[in-house]
Amino acid sequence: MAYSTQRRDVAIVGIKEYPLRVVRPGTTANHIRIESARAALEEAGLTWQDVDGFYDAQGGGLGGPEYFGLKPNTIDTTSVGGSSFEFHAAHAVQAIREGKCRVALLTYGSTAHTDGRAIGTGGFGGFAGPATMGQNMTAPWGGATAANYALVKTRHMFQYGSKPEQFAEISVATRAHAMRNPEAVQAMKDLGYENIRELSIEDVLESRMIADPLHLLECCMVSDGGGAVVIASAEVARNTRKKPVWIIGTGQATKYRENAGDITVSAGAQSAPQAFGEAGIRPDEIDNAQMYGSFTITQLVCLEDLGFCKKGEGGDFVSGGRLRWDTPLKPAMGTDGSGYSSNHPGMHGIFLLLEATRQLRGESTSQVANARLAVAHGNGGDLGSTHSGSTIILARD
Amino acid sequence: MPRPLPRLPEPDSEPFWRATKNHELKYQQCNDCNTVVFYPRQHCTHCGSPNLSWKTSAGLGTVYTYSIVRQNRSPFFRDLVPYVLAYVDLDEGFRIMTNVVGTPRVEDVKCGMRVKVQWEDYEEVALPLFAPA
Repeated sequence: MAYSTQRRDVAIVGIKEYPLRVVRPGTTANHIRIESARAALEEAGLTWQDVDGFYDAQGGGLGGPEYFGLKPNTIDTTSVGGSSFEFHAAHAVQAIREGKCRVALLTYGSTAHTDGRAIGTGGFGGFAGPATMGQNMTAPWGGATAANYALVKTRHMFQYGSKPEQFAEISVATRAHAMRNPEAVQAMKDLGYENIRELSIEDVLESRMIADPLHLLECCMVSDGGGAVVIASAEVARNTRKKPVWIIGTGQATKYRENAGDITVSAGAQSAPQAFGEAGIRPDEIDNAQMYGSFTITQLVCLEDLGFCKKGEGGDFVSGGRLRWDTPLKPAMGTDGSGYSSNHPGMHGIFLLLEATRQLRGESTSQVANARLAVAHGNGGDLGSTHSGSTIILARD
Repeated sequence: MPRPLPRLPEPDSEPFWRATKNHELKYQQCNDCNTVVFYPRQHCTHCGSPNLSWKTSAGLGTVYTYSIVRQNRSPFFRDLVPYVLAYVDLDEGFRIMTNVVGTPRVEDVKCGMRVKVQWEDYEEVALPLFAPA
């Protein structure tokens, strides 16, 4: 039995998801962060100068506070890919418990779509900056991001017999959620998606291959966007406008290519036991699981690694529409539409915290009935090689 | 647009790449705990020891996993598609990222397939690729 130290002394008290996935001309990544921060603080009933903890995944530890106009006591620039926001949430819990800050602000902004960045099919194929061992040992062979994730899917199918139609279930369930989310529908329109409607498994399997065995409809979008999360002490949370969403467990890990290592096991296998142990709950008690929506394989292995099913049984687990918001079986997953059909501007992690919070407040457009416990699990970097995982468990009163 | 090649000097990977010029596939082993170390570096990843030896692989291994890349916007690879990205497990116990070449169709590559190193020569280095053994 896991030793639980569960406390309810740090909570998410304000959130904002930037509504647009294609920004208007003249909008910068920083504008997205500022506008989201303003709205999240206002929702909480807090002021700009209440912020005394500054969390920045984009390397702005020095210039960030100046641009915002803040004088934080805690500055954290942990940058471990798209899961950085779950690491920040974990670190904010520690800082607030130690009394180093009371109001932590996490923000994200990106204009990846407008900048024309090829996140899934670029990268990894060339060099930038000084020569490194890591680049020298990977770049000559053209491991585009999608192909890196596809390496994991190939091995999963070989090792466990998981089937293409099982992975497609993830795209189908999350698209069904997206169709109920007006911002996601608008996102797909603005990004030029064709035939914006619920998907069938056949639709996914008939979409073209990007990097076998990953089809187009198993890959995230490249949008603009961002958001903000305000995390505060219990004392602050008592007086905020929305009901607090408590952070009751956190875990962090990295994983990488190893000689004779099992590529189908992600960093989540190490981060999740920390988080569930601290929270003192089991995976089967979780109502909604907001898992990192980069590629279907990511979410499938993370469901396994967090303990929702046994290793290798993810394919069977997600079958039959199980991940939908309205099935009696837990957990629902990607209830905002996830990275494929709602929001993925390069880093997806902040949106997991946002949707988990909406679920526990009863504000999701695909609201799970009487949701009490949620998990937000970020997986950053490249799943098939160097990546990070962070698990955040959330609870309502 | 040429294939992106390793940039030298780079202290950790340079001995590996210099040996490729002679078509030698090198890896390291710890003199203290026998751990096979790869990618190249200057300490043992298991015990932290700086006492490593360079060894030469026979170049035979097994495809651990692969993907057929159909789309890549990067120069060179944009024109190479479709190509096979793979991890190959060498018989000596190390795993390398590579391309599998030389199958009749790219779809013929499978997990578990036996492969042998095949060299693509450049001015300063040779690039290890793998073809069916």
